[in-house]
Amino acid sequence: MTSQLVQFAYLGAAVLLIVGMRNLGSPKTAPRGNWIAATGMLVAVVATLMVQEVVSYVTILAGVVVGSAIGVVLATRIQMTAMPQMVALLNGFGGGASALVASAELLTYVRGGEEPTGIVPLAIVLGVLIGGITFTGSLVAFAKLQELVSGAAVVYPGQQFVNGLLGVVTLGLGAAMVMNPLGLDPYFGVVALSLLLGVLLVIPIGGADMPVVISLLNSYSGLAACATGFVLGNAGLVISGSLVGASGIILTKIMCDAMNRSLGNVLFGAFGAVDPSATGGGGGGGEQRTAKGYTPEDAAVIFSNARSCIVVPGYGMAVAQAQHAVRELSDLLESKGISVKFAIHPVAGRMPGHMNVLLAEADVPYENLIEMDDINPEFPETDVALVIGANDVVNPDARTDKGSPIYGMPILDVDRAQHVFVIKRSMNPGFAGVQNPLFFNDNTMMIFGDAKGVALKLVEAVRDLS
Amino acid sequence: MLENPAAALTIFVLAIFVGFEVIAKVPPLLHTPLMSGSNAISGITIVGAILAAGSEERTLSTVLGFVAIVFATINVVGGFLVTDRMLGMFKKKPDRT
Repeated sequence: MTSQLVQFAYLGAAVLLIVGMRNLGSPKTAPRGNWIAATGMLVAVVATLMVQEVVSYVTILAGVVVGSAIGVVLATRIQMTAMPQMVALLNGFGGGASALVASAELLTYVRGGEEPTGIVPLAIVLGVLIGGITFTGSLVAFAKLQELVSGAAVVYPGQQFVNGLLGVVTLGLGAAMVMNPLGLDPYFGVVALSLLLGVLLVIPIGGADMPVVISLLNSYSGLAACATGFVLGNAGLVISGSLVGASGIILTKIMCDAMNRSLGNVLFGAFGAVDPSATGGGGGGGEQRTAKGYTPEDAAVIFSNARSCIVVPGYGMAVAQAQHAVRELSDLLESKGISVKFAIHPVAGRMPGHMNVLLAEADVPYENLIEMDDINPEFPETDVALVIGANDVVNPDARTDKGSPIYGMPILDVDRAQHVFVIKRSMNPGFAGVQNPLFFNDNTMMIFGDAKGVALKLVEAVRDLS
Repeated sequence: MLENPAAALTIFVLAIFVGFEVIAKVPPLLHTPLMSGSNAISGITIVGAILAAGSEERTLSTVLGFVAIVFATINVVGGFLVTDRMLGMFKKKPDRT
């Protein structure tokens, strides 16, 4: 195939990728969109195989076979609760691949003794740097999410100074690479430091901030691909990479807004390392109140007079694997003429949109999954708000208590419902380490226990009453 | 192609804007599949990997290219498949009769 034709094929591939992503905008068209994008990828790969210089097909085939086998196993075995880890891992592979491609190109230039020109030396540095950070950063995020290491923020004195210093040194070496594109010494320095930085930048970030980190790493993996596009002078790579970069940036912003925190605060604030004794905010922190515990049977009595229910699931529900039991409860309530909706906070779960996937897996129809801004006006007219494994996202202090660490964070207004049931294992505070006054309200009934166990008992109790 | 850095940067900046426009329309309901799908797309770097691994000579570059192909293929295949699996779970409400 001539070079011209290959370029047209890349253009076609880019169009397919964009159309595919557009179709991801609605649940009806999304499966098709995914396959359109995959077709675009196939077109790009086949076109590349037709490039004149590409001759050792055995090497390529071997790589594709090994990679596909691993990819298929990962994609079919992974549990939906583990999607964040999966995406983190895939991000890492994408970033790593881009760093390797940039490195391979550099080595080819060095062997040929011909200096890269124009934007290429800078693109090589960026490809290695961003790709390297994405690779190890994603692996650390994976390890944290998979609980291979503690999910808590790892902090030590002078951490930001050390990271800042390493960052400056890395940039210095990068500049040296640009000045002298065929010198390999600074290259090895950039490789080593970018891999190290990936680790150091992610360890101070706590488990519940992972949605932001994954979104950001997603963006990086796109930008790394973009950089290799500049290295190779390949418009297809540049376009696809920047699409992913943009997508990651948007999701990162949505996640930060949903926690009312700046990106800088998430990345460098070490929020997960908050000392529990130092918290409690202002308001209700001092006084000792006890929350009243109720039984599922008490709750069933209220349900028997209810017309509407909004379920507020949090990550605790997913941890307890309670989503199927909750769907059973929701079906039962609906069969009794009670309308049931699910209120989804943007940061419910461990990655953007995670809770929707978990509930979809449990066969909850997607029309019943309602976003925060759309459902909040409905709480005052709702008989029962059922909070399962969520805490900070329903803390009314975020609206009212200026001293609270979570003040200003958008929350689900469950406290405005007629009755609030909170299923919770204990009175332990949530991730932010702050007490939740919701639990002490007169219209709140605490039902202590494992989310799945309580949900099943609720099913029984509601059934027995009829 | 793209010898001209200005042309390359133009494509980059315009593509970022297209990305913002396209992605901003995706509802939060589908953010996880969006992420795994766009993740698969970042595996487009497989194009570069093939170019690096496919050249005639056996050098360190081709070895790096081979590893890059493995990594990128995991990214592409795993990403698109798991996205498809997830999207298959989003169902409409069945008609209750």
